[in-house]
Amino acid sequence: MLLPEKREGRGALRFARVLKMRGLLAIFAATLLPGLATAQVSFDQILSAEKEPRNWLSYSGSPMSQRHSALVQVTPENVKNLEQQWVFQARSLEKFEATPLVVDGILYTVQPPNDVVALDAETGRQFWTYSYIPSPKARPCCGRVNRGLAVVGDTLFMGTIDAHLLAIDARNGHVLWNTAVASPEAGYAITHAPLVVKDEVIVGTAGGEYGIRGFIAAYDIKTGKERWRFYTIPGQGEPGNETWAGDSWKHGGASIWMTGSYDSVLNLTYWGIGNPGPDFTGDQRAGDNLYSDCVVALDADTGKLKWYYQFTPHDEMDYDSVQVPVLADLEWQGKPRKVMLWANRNGFFYVLDRASGQFLQGKPFTTVNWATGFDERGRPMKASSAVPKTEGTVVFPGVQGGTNWYSPSFSPRTGLFYIPSWDNYSAVFAKGDANFVEGREFVGTMPRGAIGGLRPGMVNFRKPEEGFGAVRAYDPKTGEKKWEFKMLDVTDAGILTTASDLLFSGGREGYFYALDARTGELLWKTMLGGAVASGPMTYSVNGRQYIAVCAGNALFVFALKE
Amino acid sequence: MMLGRLSIVLGLASTLLAQHTYTPEDIEEGGRLFRTNCVGCHGPEGNLVDGVDLGHGKFRHATTEEGLIDIVLTGIPGTAMPPNGVTSFQAGAIIAYLRSIATDGRSVVRGDAVRGASIFVNKGACNQCHRVNGDGSRVGPDLSEIGRLRRVTELERSILEPDAEVLPQNRFYRVTTNSGETITGRLLNEDTFSLQMMDSSEHLRSFRRSNLRETSFLEHSPMPSFRDKLSPGEVDDVVAYLVSLKGF
Repeated sequence: MLLPEKREGRGALRFARVLKMRGLLAIFAATLLPGLATAQVSFDQILSAEKEPRNWLSYSGSPMSQRHSALVQVTPENVKNLEQQWVFQARSLEKFEATPLVVDGILYTVQPPNDVVALDAETGRQFWTYSYIPSPKARPCCGRVNRGLAVVGDTLFMGTIDAHLLAIDARNGHVLWNTAVASPEAGYAITHAPLVVKDEVIVGTAGGEYGIRGFIAAYDIKTGKERWRFYTIPGQGEPGNETWAGDSWKHGGASIWMTGSYDSVLNLTYWGIGNPGPDFTGDQRAGDNLYSDCVVALDADTGKLKWYYQFTPHDEMDYDSVQVPVLADLEWQGKPRKVMLWANRNGFFYVLDRASGQFLQGKPFTTVNWATGFDERGRPMKASSAVPKTEGTVVFPGVQGGTNWYSPSFSPRTGLFYIPSWDNYSAVFAKGDANFVEGREFVGTMPRGAIGGLRPGMVNFRKPEEGFGAVRAYDPKTGEKKWEFKMLDVTDAGILTTASDLLFSGGREGYFYALDARTGELLWKTMLGGAVASGPMTYSVNGRQYIAVCAGNALFVFALKE
Repeated sequence: MMLGRLSIVLGLASTLLAQHTYTPEDIEEGGRLFRTNCVGCHGPEGNLVDGVDLGHGKFRHATTEEGLIDIVLTGIPGTAMPPNGVTSFQAGAIIAYLRSIATDGRSVVRGDAVRGASIFVNKGACNQCHRVNGDGSRVGPDLSEIGRLRRVTELERSILEPDAEVLPQNRFYRVTTNSGETITGRLLNEDTFSLQMMDSSEHLRSFRRSNLRETSFLEHSPMPSFRDKLSPGEVDDVVAYLVSLKGF
């Protein structure tokens, strides 16, 4: 058996050879492909990711988080010729939710829970693996998962399920620094991909089911030292603290478990915030419970709050608002406007002004009964008939939401916003007791419904009236649904669009498919044998476009038949 | 799950317990959980443990709904009743189910199991659709351990009124192909693009949805009523036979 350091050393040697070869190639190709001249990733490259679509440099493809690629080799006409190129089988039976990064032909991803792997993006052959062993005290609520990495310079960044933030040398997998962000014993974890902004790396803390007090923090990319911290629940004396009864703010959750976005002109970073705790009974936390279920806009240099918008005040349905903030520049009512597009777990599709936080539009994209609409300030008007009660109340959407953490996509070409949706889906919410004990689950009574985290094994148990999944395309300017692609089962898959007007997604059934982004027509599909619970991405190497997605416990990569 | 030695006589069947209202679907789910977790020790009638008759509200060790739920969840130390991995609501649904059956039909076996076995394969021809210990058709539900899972009154009702209760997993499915062929059978699996069945000839069939014109569950059970085919005594005999089927 090889010792880990030897294995790493052999991998690093081969990796150096490939880099050397690629470096030689890059010298010849530099005039044609300027970005290949160096393996370093500058922040300017990350900001202008659309200029080098061969790479995928951040979780959602760019700080705008549109999960849209300018690559056009694969088209609606030839997508039927996609074929599998390679598969990376994770040595883990955990859910594989990561979106890989690709830098100049090297693919980096996370094998659950916290192993970083560097692969040849053309062949899937491995350069190196770094295995982080999380503390056994780590207790993420919903699986020992990780959704990806960040990169800048030659450094990769990974949050861990025991709430550490690691900087890792992208050339050999060696750890450069390791910062303890929060206490795993108290229920804190990091499951999302970090976000690089200039010379800092930003993460937030998961743990909303354990009575944490969530926060977002920025760390120096060179040293790992904390630059600023924004508590997602205001402390005593701070504005917003009065929205929590008594001491409930001390353990009110408001976690972070998806990657935020960044607008370089406004210098604002946007983050979606999770549910208040305890999840399913709000009696002990009377008030709106800021900034749970909010999007917050923070000054990227200081972490100071610029604005917030709360999607679900005083939430008792676990409607985490952790969705990826999708930034778009649209013509809104005749004028150019910087907006934010947001399909929320609570079932509404929102358009906000991302400079001011002004509510511009909110319309349901799935069956909703907990709110009847919005007042003139954009505050939802709750339906009294759909408030959780002791004896149980049927609420649409159910606890998993009308969507969840699954990445949406915006195509500047079609102007459409694409939402992974659950519809006709409810749960019965019944209030129960919840007593806070640090590090223990703090949720109240779990809702019940036809569809839970996983559907029961026997398909014949299914009843026709139960929920279904769909990819839905909406026009943000009107809130109007343009088309939908309906699935029998629900979906946990993200969505990728390309400048050739293709849309890639999947679902729990294990299919991965391509749709026409303008019409929703099915153009290609393949069965991957495991649920797609990740966001697809695309990249190119040596002029060939690849499409990658995780399904089951493996990463699958496709390209056109040669 | 075992519900153990509870000692309070609960009231008549009711869907309203102290804190929760249980819908018919909740009670159905409670019955499913009871059959899955509890019948191994308590039997389908809930009366296999000495001094306990769950089906008639005869409990020990608890006087309130909360107490009963707590026993389901945590078990009874020092007895064979273990803790169970269900939620408190599910525990309550099990109790609601038990209350619902307290006045529902008889639990006494009246017929002769040996005669019933003969009727099952001869006059009744039940094995044309049902399988017992490896003999008979696979099209209908396998009855090899039906006596361990279902109550006397439920078995009798299934023979006389097959449409009265069809468990979700026993529903029949029908597809019609684009060419007009109709196939019925048991739905085994399905997804957005395809479905898999065992047809009424026991063949495994897979269909692409693009080749199907129509799909649906059958509204009625394919099983006929035996009310006019068997005498009351013969029905009792078949029920006695089915009650004797406890699996391998």
